[in-house]
Amino acid sequence: MPRIRPIRTEAIVLRQRPLGDADRICVLFSPTRGRIEAVAKGVRKPLSKMSGHVEPLSRGQFGLAQGRSLYVVTDAQTLDPWPSLHDDVHRMTEALAMAELVDRSTDVDVSSGPLYQLLRHSLNALAETPSPPAIRWWFTLRFFDQQGYRPELEVCVRCRADVGPEANGYSAVDGGVVCPNCHGAGHGQRLSSPVFRLLRYMRRSSAESTAQVRVDAEASAELERHLRLSLEQALDGWLRSRGFAEDLARAETIGRSAVKSAAEREREEQHRAAI
Amino acid sequence: MQRSPATAPTIARLIEAFHRLPGIGPKSAQRLAYHVLRAPRAEAETLAEALLEVKDSTRLCGTCQNITDADPCAICLDPQRNDSTICVVEEPLDVAAIERAGVHRGRYHVLHGAISPMDGVGPEDLKVRELLSRLGDATVQEVILAMNPNLEGEATAGYLSRVIGAMGVRITRIAHGLPVGADVEYADERTLRAAMTHRVEVERDEGTD
Ligand SMILES: [Zn+2]
Ligand SMILES: [Zn+2]
Repeated sequence: MPRIRPIRTEAIVLRQRPLGDADRICVLFSPTRGRIEAVAKGVRKPLSKMSGHVEPLSRGQFGLAQGRSLYVVTDAQTLDPWPSLHDDVHRMTEALAMAELVDRSTDVDVSSGPLYQLLRHSLNALAETPSPPAIRWWFTLRFFDQQGYRPELEVCVRCRADVGPEANGYSAVDGGVVCPNCHGAGHGQRLSSPVFRLLRYMRRSSAESTAQVRVDAEASAELERHLRLSLEQALDGWLRSRGFAEDLARAETIGRSAVKSAAEREREEQHRAAI
Repeated sequence: MQRSPATAPTIARLIEAFHRLPGIGPKSAQRLAYHVLRAPRAEAETLAEALLEVKDSTRLCGTCQNITDADPCAICLDPQRNDSTICVVEEPLDVAAIERAGVHRGRYHVLHGAISPMDGVGPEDLKVRELLSRLGDATVQEVILAMNPNLEGEATAGYLSRVIGAMGVRITRIAHGLPVGADVEYADERTLRAAMTHRVEVERDEGTD
């Protein structure tokens, strides 16, 4: 067998899964080679020199050798560990959504410089931002633009009429804003004026400026609905990692109701003891 | 797996069964099979019985969810142990490791896994509800989270600390830093950061200076 030269590449670790007893398969995303699956050997043992350098949601420099079926990581050195994306579970969920989006939409051995730069920049911004969801919104909009799903925000996607900020709809199927007439005729979901303005603002602004915009709970829920419908169109499905975001949103309610049911159990026991 | 025509089908079947075990390659599987073949009949019987018994008579402890022969398990029944702390771990083997170290005298709770957002594994797939049902009255005053220091462990600890925090119970997480025997030079930045954050005062020897 001819010896294949080992590869050196910078990459962002998108995800990992265990392999056998001690190894992990890492999904790396490289600017020049796209998605790469590589085995990191022995990283689940406590004295592995490599384990901390192949964690998901970090950026590093990797040496890879061609193994029998997958690449094998020969060395790894972290460049951006992004600790806040690991320590703060809310930042983590936003980062996972972005990583999953990239994981599910890129192919092996395809150069993907612009998407790599977008992900790297967004994870950097996410690590610092006071408003994690805004960075994901901004990232998602740029992701659509790059991947050929750019939502139309200037003219009605059905009749091409110019649109003002009021009374519009948003149609994920048609790929953008629907004018008041077409929306009145039953096309698209309601697009409120604040969300319409926010979408246009995000398109022309940086991630950092987007994170400065105050968005109330109602507008943020509406934007999430539109983005979700558009993502489902683009991905032909929904992001698994968003399930965890929903679990987190419910966490405190679950805790409080567990306290209540414990108190009820206690009352019942006292009641039974009294009889 | 390659099977030589010279290998009798019954031995080949045993080799294949061993090969399916985690961490056993074809060579080790062969060695184990021939060991059993040459060993006295009693040894083979002991092995076969132990295999069947572990399937037939183990279950999950109704309290801590650890694997046990009797419910409640020995740890949950032990009156010497402290009821006010519960150490939450991912797997039954983690209980065994912490017990070997002898560093925890409270109770345990085994989740049987960790939250893995990108694989769609959530709290509903783990023994979280069983944990919550053990909290809420005043008995348990501290929950120690002993998850693995990786993304799944962090997601699990992050989720649990929100739920349990809302219940008003104190939560701690085991520290992570450099493992014994490791080299500082090879440590990743997050491990070094954790080790630095949780650094401790070095006691000065009496009598020097
Ligand atoms: Zn129109
Ligand atoms: Zn038990």
